[in-house]
Amino acid sequence: MTTPVNTSSGASASVNLSSIVATAEQLIDGWELVVGLEVHVELATKTKLFSASANRFGDEPNTHIDPVTLGLPGALPVLNRHAVELAMRLGLALNCRVQPCTFHRKNYFYPDLPKAYQISQYDQPLNIDGWLMLPGDVRIGVERAHLEEDTGKSTHAGGAEGRIQGSDYSLIDFNRAGVPLVEIVSRPDIRTSDQAKQYVSELRGILLAVGASDAKMEEGSMRCDVNVSVHKPGTPFGTRCEIKNVNSIRSVGRAIDYEARRQIDLINSGGVVKQQTLHWDDVAGRTNVLRTKEDADDYRYFLEPDLVPLAPDAAWIERVRAALPPLPAARRAALATLTGAGKESESVAVIVERGQDEYISAVAKVGGDAARALIYVQQAFAEEPATPRVPAGDIAALSLMEKNAKLTSTQAKTLLAELVTNGGGDVLAMAKAKGFEAMATGALESIVDQAIAADPQAWAKYKAGEQKAIGALVGAVMKLSAGKADGKAVTALLQAKASS
Amino acid sequence: MSPTQGTGRADRAHSAGRTVVDIAAAVANGSLSAVAVLEENLAAIAARESEVHAFNLVTADRARERATQIDADVQAGKKVGRLAGVTIALKDNMCTRGVETTCSSKILAGWKPPYDATVVRRLADEGAVFVGKTNLDEFAMGSSTENSAFGPTRNPLDTSRVPGGSSGGSAAAVAAGFATASLGSDTGGSIRQPAALCGLVGVKPTYGMVSRQGLVAFGSSLDQIGPFTTTVADAALMMEVIAGHDPLDSTSLPQPAPMLTGELSKGVQGMRIGRITDMPEGSSPDVLAQLEAAFDALRAAGATVVDVQMPSMLYGLTAYYLVAPAEASSNLARFDGVRYGLRVDAKDLNSMYGATRAAGFGDEVKRRIMLGTYALSAGYYDAYYGKALKVRRLIADDFAQAYTKCDAILTPTSPTVAFKFGDKTSNPLAMYLCDVFTIPTNLAGHAAMSVPFGTGEAGLPVGVQILAPALGEAPMFRVAAELERAQ
Amino acid sequence: MPEPISRETVQKVARLARLDLNDAEVERMTQQLAGMLEHFRDVDALDLSNVEPLTQPIPLSNVLRDDVVAPSLDRDEVLGSAPAAQDGRFRVPPIVGFEE
Ligand SMILES: [Mg+2]
Ligand SMILES: [Zn+2]
Repeated sequence: MTTPVNTSSGASASVNLSSIVATAEQLIDGWELVVGLEVHVELATKTKLFSASANRFGDEPNTHIDPVTLGLPGALPVLNRHAVELAMRLGLALNCRVQPCTFHRKNYFYPDLPKAYQISQYDQPLNIDGWLMLPGDVRIGVERAHLEEDTGKSTHAGGAEGRIQGSDYSLIDFNRAGVPLVEIVSRPDIRTSDQAKQYVSELRGILLAVGASDAKMEEGSMRCDVNVSVHKPGTPFGTRCEIKNVNSIRSVGRAIDYEARRQIDLINSGGVVKQQTLHWDDVAGRTNVLRTKEDADDYRYFLEPDLVPLAPDAAWIERVRAALPPLPAARRAALATLTGAGKESESVAVIVERGQDEYISAVAKVGGDAARALIYVQQAFAEEPATPRVPAGDIAALSLMEKNAKLTSTQAKTLLAELVTNGGGDVLAMAKAKGFEAMATGALESIVDQAIAADPQAWAKYKAGEQKAIGALVGAVMKLSAGKADGKAVTALLQAKASS
Repeated sequence: MSPTQGTGRADRAHSAGRTVVDIAAAVANGSLSAVAVLEENLAAIAARESEVHAFNLVTADRARERATQIDADVQAGKKVGRLAGVTIALKDNMCTRGVETTCSSKILAGWKPPYDATVVRRLADEGAVFVGKTNLDEFAMGSSTENSAFGPTRNPLDTSRVPGGSSGGSAAAVAAGFATASLGSDTGGSIRQPAALCGLVGVKPTYGMVSRQGLVAFGSSLDQIGPFTTTVADAALMMEVIAGHDPLDSTSLPQPAPMLTGELSKGVQGMRIGRITDMPEGSSPDVLAQLEAAFDALRAAGATVVDVQMPSMLYGLTAYYLVAPAEASSNLARFDGVRYGLRVDAKDLNSMYGATRAAGFGDEVKRRIMLGTYALSAGYYDAYYGKALKVRRLIADDFAQAYTKCDAILTPTSPTVAFKFGDKTSNPLAMYLCDVFTIPTNLAGHAAMSVPFGTGEAGLPVGVQILAPALGEAPMFRVAAELERAQ
Repeated sequence: MPEPISRETVQKVARLARLDLNDAEVERMTQQLAGMLEHFRDVDALDLSNVEPLTQPIPLSNVLRDDVVAPSLDRDEVLGSAPAAQDGRFRVPPIVGFEE
């Protein structure tokens, strides 16, 4: 739910001058973009925030309900320790201060809100004043990361395409009601849509790393609201609009670009940006007005009398901090150092995102070549888990053979594919079986390449599936190598090249 | 025992003539059958319930089944609980699995909770037999039980008068001999005031001592469940069963139930009893006379009476009538026609909400929802709700100061004996003044109880209120037992 | 202390509370709320500037529960006592004038 306090991201009529200034290239026709993000993530607990009902996605509707979830008369909330711990983990990973905090009731009527109030945190959230570093050392402030409960889910029936407008009735499933959420509110420090995308992606990486959430945007366990305003550099912030329903990282970028352009065009044509809540229509690629802020609800926040304050002591906080795993930025830096790749290179980012960086360390530890391992893993292990099935030793062996010119890169690739298919294997024996080790493979490969270059028609035919065209090529290689090449190895090499 | 002196009313009031302690002992040792106890209550119900209207629902069949089972268990030599065969009436704002729980409101009429309140489970585990669900002011908002959607309850001692409220049905059920004991809830005096008006012992425990889980909330930071009984010893035993930590209520105190039955014989020798010198005015002379007699009795038993000041007591009422409605406005928002209870159909959702709540809630409930919503809304919070919470602090500070000088404080429970129907219904403020002595202790979260002490106008019982600090139940019960002995 | 309560304020509060009031009720409510709030002016005599609000009578903190699943309520029983249900869900009239 929308952050209650005035300190929320993206100032409206405030006189704030931004301390973070966009570079000239970042300006849009001379306008500076100011973006703040409110990200809701569902915590990976077994039960709900305030009751023992299961926190599970995708089951039959209304099968994870109990008196608390349904807001039955007389039901009382009791806080989930694990949810608090996960929220603390996230807060500490975001460099927040973990502080004594309280819960408030946010009162409003909606059919998927069972008690007609959401239990959330208001002026005393659990985590405050943190930051998140984007690649390129851009530091985005995190104002707060607070605990609150999720709502149920409404399905709109009748009318057009399940939309709320014009529907005949709605159906409510309370399985999601009461699921623990953390709402992470950034400071309005983001200046480009790319930074916004990086922020979400980085936050997602941190959530996964600390095990706080599965952070699946497509399933709604991570949801973004984006606050956008534009102004001329050196002048106060413009009026912001809040965009809801931004459900992928790509949409975050598109929505911001669209909205920035809309606001700039509006101002340039003499209009005034009104503080509004907008809805992102991903299909149409545009924002639509949901409501203007003047008729916003009066939420009548007050301290939740059914709960008591939460005050994690220093020992608890330190225990959680000490148990934090290495975070993506540190892991990228370590992987870059280990492999010699750039710390902002795509391969490093991809491997850390997949969580396969530790695997590469393991390869290096048993003597493998880390730089080659990075490439192998990036290319062949996209479908593999964080700990791939192929033993690290096999990849180490493969990388050494390639490094020592016992295999061509093409041969290595062939063996790599086989390793993945079989979940590992004796690389030396595999190479032998393919005849890859019969001749100094580096030399053989260069001869094969010469033969191909000399007879492109035969090569094209062979590649197109004409098996007998291989004869001319093998013959040419034999001739060029003065008969030293192993026919089997040549055939295998040609096969490998044709299928790569 | 007979709480009043020489009136025919009192004898009739306790026609069953048995106490919780007696019944539990006799049923457990086989000398009395649980069925016989129950049938005595059911006979009293048959004779007088149409006149008194203590119940929203009498669960005779379930009760007979239960009593029969308990007798069978005793016969079979099985261990039975500490309340074996004790008949108990439950205020109809406590959830009972599969049994209608209405809060005397149209908006919940017919609703059967899918779970039991913690207190209900604890009583059942000790062998209690539930007789039925008792009438109350709708959602416990009132002091006369005239605000029930199902009609008022009458005071069994004089049916032209109110039984007090909001737990009027629970008080009347015990006073009329329909049950041996009952449970009420007390947000601003809703157990103690009807106990006083019906000549019973009524306890408002320290906030957090008895689980609120399954009690339909009115003012969450004020509500406590407590017993109505005819004797102090019965109240002590009931407390031992229902009190104690409950992991399902975050505000439940961590300690186990206090052992109170052992306190009763200790007397008050050496105890310091506070008399509030700046007490709100307006109590009737008969009530004040009995209060003096109570001080005398305690003095005679060896206690010292000391003067204490409660300068902010007067403001208690004011603070209460913002804090309780504010919490109530939020607590009662869940009655929206979506998941349970009444729905008035309408063309769209908002119309359904508005029509359902308009049709489902009575006037007093609407008034308090409006007041509470207003007090919390943007622009008014600091002026009303915020200030009320500060007054609440002043009251707690006054008590803290007072308890440096005394162990317990005596006040009237109610400014008057039971009043006639309609006397205060036209003026909400006059009705609210009924609770002027009881409210401050709810704001502070302390222990309090009312014990019958003599009679006043028209031979009706007078209740004396004993106030004690948080967790002061043990000294409070010592004083209560002494006042009972002095009768 | 804010202005005395007006009919318009009462109507706005009634909307917030989702409570349909007819004209007579609005009139009566305006008077009764005004009476209650007038009574609250007593409190103006108190100096509350340095007083901490008291929200919960007995101070407790860190009341926490282990993350262990308990069985769900029976859906049919729960939906059976709902005003309207369909396809295993609670059914409500069309939602008009809300955001999605
Ligand atoms: Mg928000
Ligand atoms: Zn939120």
